[in-house]
Amino acid sequence: MLDWMNRFPQMNEETLRNLKRVIDDAFREFTRSYGAMIEGFFDPLRQMLVQAERLMLGMPWPLVLLIVGALAWAGSRSLRLTAASVLTLAAIGYFGMWEDTMRTIAMILVCTLVAIVVGIPLGILMARSNRVQSGMNPVLDVMQTMPSFVYLIPVVMLLGIGRVAGMIAVVVYALPPIVRLTNLGVREVDREVIEAADAFGSSAWQKLWNVQLPLALPTIMAGVNQTIMMALAMVVIASMIGVQGLGQPVLRAISNQYFTLGVFNGFAIVGIAIIFDRISQAFGRRLQKHRGGIDA
Amino acid sequence: MPEPLGIEIRNLYKIFGARPRDHVDAVRRGMTKAELNRKHRHVLGLRDISISVEPGTIQVVMGLSGSGKSTLIRHINRLIEPTAGEIVIDGQDVVAMSPAALREFRRHKTAMVFQKFALLPHRTVVDNVAYGLEVQGVAQDKRHRAAMSWIERVGLAGYETRYPNQLSGGMQQRVGLARALANDAPILLMDEAYSALDPLIRYDMQTVLLDLQKEFRKTIIFITHDFDEALRIGDRIALLRDGSIVQEGTGQEMVLHPADDYVSSFVQHVDRAKVVRVASVMQPVTADAQGPAIHGQANLGEAIRMMSAQGLDRLTVLDQTGRAIGLMPMTRAVAVAAGAS
Ligand SMILES: Nc1ncnc2c1ncn2[C@@H]1O[C@H](COP(=O)(O)OP(=O)(O)OP(=O)(O)O)[C@@H](O)[C@H]1O
Ligand SMILES: [Mg+2]
Repeated sequence: MLDWMNRFPQMNEETLRNLKRVIDDAFREFTRSYGAMIEGFFDPLRQMLVQAERLMLGMPWPLVLLIVGALAWAGSRSLRLTAASVLTLAAIGYFGMWEDTMRTIAMILVCTLVAIVVGIPLGILMARSNRVQSGMNPVLDVMQTMPSFVYLIPVVMLLGIGRVAGMIAVVVYALPPIVRLTNLGVREVDREVIEAADAFGSSAWQKLWNVQLPLALPTIMAGVNQTIMMALAMVVIASMIGVQGLGQPVLRAISNQYFTLGVFNGFAIVGIAIIFDRISQAFGRRLQKHRGGIDA
Repeated sequence: MPEPLGIEIRNLYKIFGARPRDHVDAVRRGMTKAELNRKHRHVLGLRDISISVEPGTIQVVMGLSGSGKSTLIRHINRLIEPTAGEIVIDGQDVVAMSPAALREFRRHKTAMVFQKFALLPHRTVVDNVAYGLEVQGVAQDKRHRAAMSWIERVGLAGYETRYPNQLSGGMQQRVGLARALANDAPILLMDEAYSALDPLIRYDMQTVLLDLQKEFRKTIIFITHDFDEALRIGDRIALLRDGSIVQEGTGQEMVLHPADDYVSSFVQHVDRAKVVRVASVMQPVTADAQGPAIHGQANLGEAIRMMSAQGLDRLTVLDQTGRAIGLMPMTRAVAVAAGAS
């Protein structure tokens, strides 16, 4: 009697085992028949990753420092931020992590680009229809909360270990903020301004392009910023499936208990996170200058 | 310049809610706004509105907050879909237009000025003013030239590269007005366009509008809750209450013959000496009409000042051609100015 209360009435063990096996088999079958096709589909992205990495590694280090400095200056007009960005990067290089850092930056740039290209249109679709919004929200929740190891399994089964699988893992994890904030930004645009655009006979495109996106841009930029941060956070996990960069030494450090190696690479990740964060935020603020004071 | 267009609104109903069409008949049979809200959780926006606005005139719409003014004006360019009724402009029913036709109609036939300005905050003054032309596909240099001339016209020359948030409210509304005028549309819709401005600036803006109107003769729907503004601007005034028109006519008609207490409450503080014209309250002419005369379109205040200055007790009233059409005794003029009917 009490036994019945203490044991949850679970599915028959046999049935459960069969169920899992059937699904696994079906997926394996799917991988076997479509794996090549899917790999072909993602080939352009693989090319992009390879090229980006080659570019970052091929650039002379002074040029990289110069570009980072120029970006920091263009965004912020602050000497302090510019100097801090350049010095941080230089320090990372001085401690022997230049190449891994360049690889990671290449990876982050491509992943962010993909997340933007996929995420902004999705966010716009969400903003245009309440039905799409209520359909997308749970999907985004799953993407953010599902432990990344779990969706790494099918991705690796389909694409094998390597850059592309890593990129997909990173993009899946980093996509939700940009989708959510694009949706929010577009929905938040002042109703009266939208009404004015309508009253002057704007088409849906004109309204999107001239009014909704420009006014949502600061919020979208906040999404881009968060996406970059989440992509960076994912770098260590992505290294488990063969993504090169700062994550791999961390992984090695964990398995071999190399304390200093782990700390150095960890700080390097934090360092470029802060650089990316400050520069993208500075650009975000720049987009809002019309909201500022008299001589903006 | 485009020919002025009339606006014909016929039996317009608007009900807000999930299933508005289900309740039109009940409203037609006389269900009140309160009843509709209580029984069916729908809001009555407009009930059986019919107005015909003559081409080239200014029609003012008044009413308390929530009476349906904004709802009504937004039907004219169909920012709000009606539940029943039609709106005929230039021989076309706006309600029946396809999306593409509606867009063309909005681009070329109407322009709108908003209470909270609704400027594009990320665009400079000149790009705001040029927005309507940009949407129409007018080339950049051409639309900028047009925009610049309107910016000058509303007195904002020198501010064209500013952003809206760098301007005062009065200046922002000048931008709003210039943006609407740049469209060259025959119909101008102004939803409490001046309500957010302080009194002196508001008076200036009224003057700007009246000057422009002399020149361009547009058909203007002007919403306000200030009766003095309505009297100054409007050729005719419609008064709304709970979505219905309570009275429609000239300002003077409303002042002299308010349809009910609601209308009276709007007109009671009006300076009748300024509003009421001599011809509307004069007494019949007698055979011996002669002596100092006044034009029938003069207001009572002018008549009273003239009589007291010259120590007269009555004036002869003349029409345009100089023919005597009535008498205006001092006692009557003072009595009407003080509130008698
Ligand atoms: N989208 C909507 N959904 C439901 N009810 C609405 C909607 N828009 C307006 N209403 C209702 O319709 C009525 C008329 O509103 P409207 O905005 O036209 O009033 P108004 O005369 O312009 O008032 P105000 O002077 O405050 O601007 C109000 O009772 C309002 O609550
Ligand atoms: Mg209103």
